[in-house]
Amino acid sequence: MSKRIDVNDLNIFYGKFHAVQNVSMTIEPKSVTAFIGPSGCGKSTFLRTLNRMHEVIPGGRVEGEVLMDGRDLYSKEVDPVDVRREVGMVFQRPNPFPTMSIKENVLAGVRLNSRRMSHSAADELAERALRDANLWNEVKDRLDKPGSGLSGGQQQRLCIARAIAVQPEVILMDEPCSALDPISTLAIEDLIEQLKEDYTVVIVTHNMQQAARVSDRTGFFNLEATGRPGRLVEMDDTQKIFNNPAQQSTEDYISGRFG
Amino acid sequence: MSTTPPSARTPAAVPAPAPDRSPRRGQVRRPGDLVFSGASLASGLLIMAILAGVATFLLVQSLPVLTADPGEVTGEAGFAAYVLPLIVGTVLASVLAMAMATPVAVGIALFVSHYAPRRLGASIGFVIDLLAAVPSVVFGMWGWQVLAPRLVPAFAWLEANLGWVPLFAEGSNTGRTIATASLVLAVMILPIITAVSREVFLQTPRLHEEAALALGATKWEMIRTAVLPFGKPGVIGGTMLGLGRALGETMAVAIILSTGGFTWNIIGPGNSTIPAEIALNFPEAAGLRLSELIAAGLVLFVITLVVNLVARYIVEKRSEFSGAN
Ligand SMILES: Nc1ncnc2c1ncn2[C@@H]1O[C@H](COP(=O)(O)OP(=O)(O)O)[C@@H](O)[C@H]1O
Ligand SMILES: [Mg+2]
Repeated sequence: MSKRIDVNDLNIFYGKFHAVQNVSMTIEPKSVTAFIGPSGCGKSTFLRTLNRMHEVIPGGRVEGEVLMDGRDLYSKEVDPVDVRREVGMVFQRPNPFPTMSIKENVLAGVRLNSRRMSHSAADELAERALRDANLWNEVKDRLDKPGSGLSGGQQQRLCIARAIAVQPEVILMDEPCSALDPISTLAIEDLIEQLKEDYTVVIVTHNMQQAARVSDRTGFFNLEATGRPGRLVEMDDTQKIFNNPAQQSTEDYISGRFG
Repeated sequence: MSTTPPSARTPAAVPAPAPDRSPRRGQVRRPGDLVFSGASLASGLLIMAILAGVATFLLVQSLPVLTADPGEVTGEAGFAAYVLPLIVGTVLASVLAMAMATPVAVGIALFVSHYAPRRLGASIGFVIDLLAAVPSVVFGMWGWQVLAPRLVPAFAWLEANLGWVPLFAEGSNTGRTIATASLVLAVMILPIITAVSREVFLQTPRLHEEAALALGATKWEMIRTAVLPFGKPGVIGGTMLGLGRALGETMAVAIILSTGGFTWNIIGPGNSTIPAEIALNFPEAAGLRLSELIAAGLVLFVITLVVNLVARYIVEKRSEFSGAN
């Protein structure tokens, strides 16, 4: 349940605006890859091309290839809906469906995929996803209460449970902790560590300590000036990026000497 | 590894400070504030006064019929027996109109908010809003002259095929039936239901729409998981507002319907509504008959008030939902 991603010469646009330029990279299965870089350099934009969520925005389009185990996600025959079922996503702000109970939230994606499911199968699946998201013990007595009644950190783990309930190949996370307190952040970081045993995890983070803690590989994005497209400056083992980066701008960014 | 640069602080991490609304913050009370709060208080009181005045007028004027000998009231069985069929007719016509208008309005609102390209959506919305500007007399004449004759074959078909349903017992030859009137009412309340629905559908948080899409929902599945549950209270509220309008609508029904006693048969002549009853009889009414009609008006006032209050309540409750995140 995890796939390798190869990105070749990807260019990303919002209408006429060229947001990200010529990105090529390889993301290994069962690893955690982190993207860091200053605000507005296109990390979120790039992340959203990996499950074709970018094109949901009016005017959003890409040029280039994203191969998942060799299959191009952007070829004509591929339905974006299928891509999103294989590549789950967790957003910056926790977004459980407010009108659904905790359990229904977890099952929301599964219900889209398979119409009919016995009660017991549904309960089992919800429990497993919640356990895998380290949330089960906190919510097991109130599965029928609304998901929006949970704390921010719990909501975010609920969203992770919802994403893994459909057993995707890859999980994308866009600054999943930026709206959370430190304790909840630690809980999510622990969770990411566990998730990589089964999934390919790609995470965008503003927090470099977090990138250093959770990721195996790190990609540094930058942009020369506002209005110019963002680029992938370098990508390497996390150790290497933080201790001995090849590029001066990476060094400047991680040491806080950034313009 | 070193300190996080300033850019690492995302705006989302810092909750926006709640705007300070307390008027006592500064000691000075500005004259502008005083004038404004005085004016709004005065207009609020004025509205209450008008409402109370109307209610008192209705009550006082309808007292004679409420205390009159049942034999003297039209129908010779008391006011309740007189007004009950009218109430049922009014509610029947309005509920039918609501049932026909709501699905269409929700469909249009969804199309405008989520399917149509922005330009097209805006122009469709504009055209629907224009419908609200058509005077009800015009709708009435259109229903009578154009729609009614064209519905006669449809009524005949209903009678032939679904005649065992009491609603479709006997088709009319003129088409001037409660079904026709309801259809016209449906067109008249379409704009308000559409406008409210479109507004709430547009307010669906992008976050929830994207959550659904990222789970692999198709567009329609996204609408079912994110848009419709979010918009439901608003749609119900809009529908109730439409119902309120249909209940009080006079001209369309008065012109179209060939009135009569109550019958379940909606595709034949018969039935009447309180507004139509008043409009058709008021000019010649005097004495007790006048009081009767005013009392019927009072009943309508109460029904409409309750429907509107419920509608408001439901629309208000919606705000709790949207604050969920
Ligand atoms: N919906 C959008 N429409 C147009 N431009 C956008 C949109 N979202 C982001 N951008 C632009 O794309 C660039 C990259 O943004 P983003 O990917 O959000 O950066 P990051 O996540 O690295 O902070 C920025 O210049 C931003 O203004
Ligand atoms: Mg971002």
